[in-house]
Amino acid sequence: MGPGTFQTIRAQDMSERTIDRVAAATPTPVARKIKGLSDRAIAWIFVGPTIFLLLAINIFPLIWTIRLSFTNYKANRVNREPEWIGLRNYERILTDSDIWLNMQATAHFLIWTIILQVLIGFTLAWLINKKFKGNDLWTTIIVLPMMLSPAVVGNFWKFLYQPQIGLFNYIVGFFTGRDPSSFEMLGQVNLAPWSIVIVDTWMWTPFVMLICLAGLRSIPDYIYEAAEIDRASKLRQFFTITVPMVLPFLMLAVLFRGIENFKMFDLVVQLTGGGPGSTTELTSINLKREAFEKWRTGYASAYAIILFVTVFGLASIYVKALNKVKER
Amino acid sequence: MTKFFDGLLKMRRGPWEMLATIIIAVGVFMLMQPFVIWAFTYSFITTLVGTVMFIIVSHFPE
Repeated sequence: MGPGTFQTIRAQDMSERTIDRVAAATPTPVARKIKGLSDRAIAWIFVGPTIFLLLAINIFPLIWTIRLSFTNYKANRVNREPEWIGLRNYERILTDSDIWLNMQATAHFLIWTIILQVLIGFTLAWLINKKFKGNDLWTTIIVLPMMLSPAVVGNFWKFLYQPQIGLFNYIVGFFTGRDPSSFEMLGQVNLAPWSIVIVDTWMWTPFVMLICLAGLRSIPDYIYEAAEIDRASKLRQFFTITVPMVLPFLMLAVLFRGIENFKMFDLVVQLTGGGPGSTTELTSINLKREAFEKWRTGYASAYAIILFVTVFGLASIYVKALNKVKER
Repeated sequence: MTKFFDGLLKMRRGPWEMLATIIIAVGVFMLMQPFVIWAFTYSFITTLVGTVMFIIVSHFPE
């Protein structure tokens, strides 16, 4: 018997004594009470508070909003009894050509930000994944925009977009030969939708890059080694190993960015405030105007439900597709 | 195609989920398309039907 075995027996003996001491010190009624509870009851005690909070913070407001969407309730007239108007709010929203234009502006923003963020994010992740000097420093620099507040980013880009003193206009002018003050990114109807796409892409591409990087780093080296032995070209390795194995991660990034951009508010309000006219008035900005400027709470509730059902439907499809990709 | 319709008749999850997915996708496209306003008008009901259908059929047997 070696000294190690002796120490193990001693430690075991001491821990048993400690358990005995704790058991002896526990008051009998408490011990009885704990013994009397079933596993199920104990599980409910732990899960109960979370379920209660979930119901109070998420489910109850959702049900309340659905109820309000069938009324003409106005939150600034609390003393007035809301009148039940059936589906009239939904009818008004779905026949309003201005809201139709807002939906198109949202679609433009959503589609282009996702395309650009995925393309640039994946390319950056692929480059960062190659081992080179200063790799960590570059990762930190690239990730910086994501850490800033949207209000700060909005103000910051407002200066960059200034026609007279803005750096963005100067750079575009430098490369295209145009006069920097001849165009106004935030003030022109045809350029304003692209200005918000550029800023969102600048801010959130690092997020997509980080998720892609996690995917790239999860691919074991032996798969590439096996492909090398089979004389697969770099291009073939990229399309048959890298892309399929990063795809679930990429889809997750698209899901997150898609939902986030569908309800984009702060950045756009800070940059354009929905203008010029209503060219950059996304659905969330329009919804806020209806709810808290015009105080049409019932109408805004119906609007919110329409957006909720759309996001929920899209997320359902997406989660199904994600599970299928994972199964492969 | 025959397998798809057979699955629909036998109440199998796969084909029904596929149908619900198509309905949701059509609904979202109708909501955001820039071509005709009547499609926008009927987009919500289409998406809602698809979403409710998706929730129900995801409990069907495989």
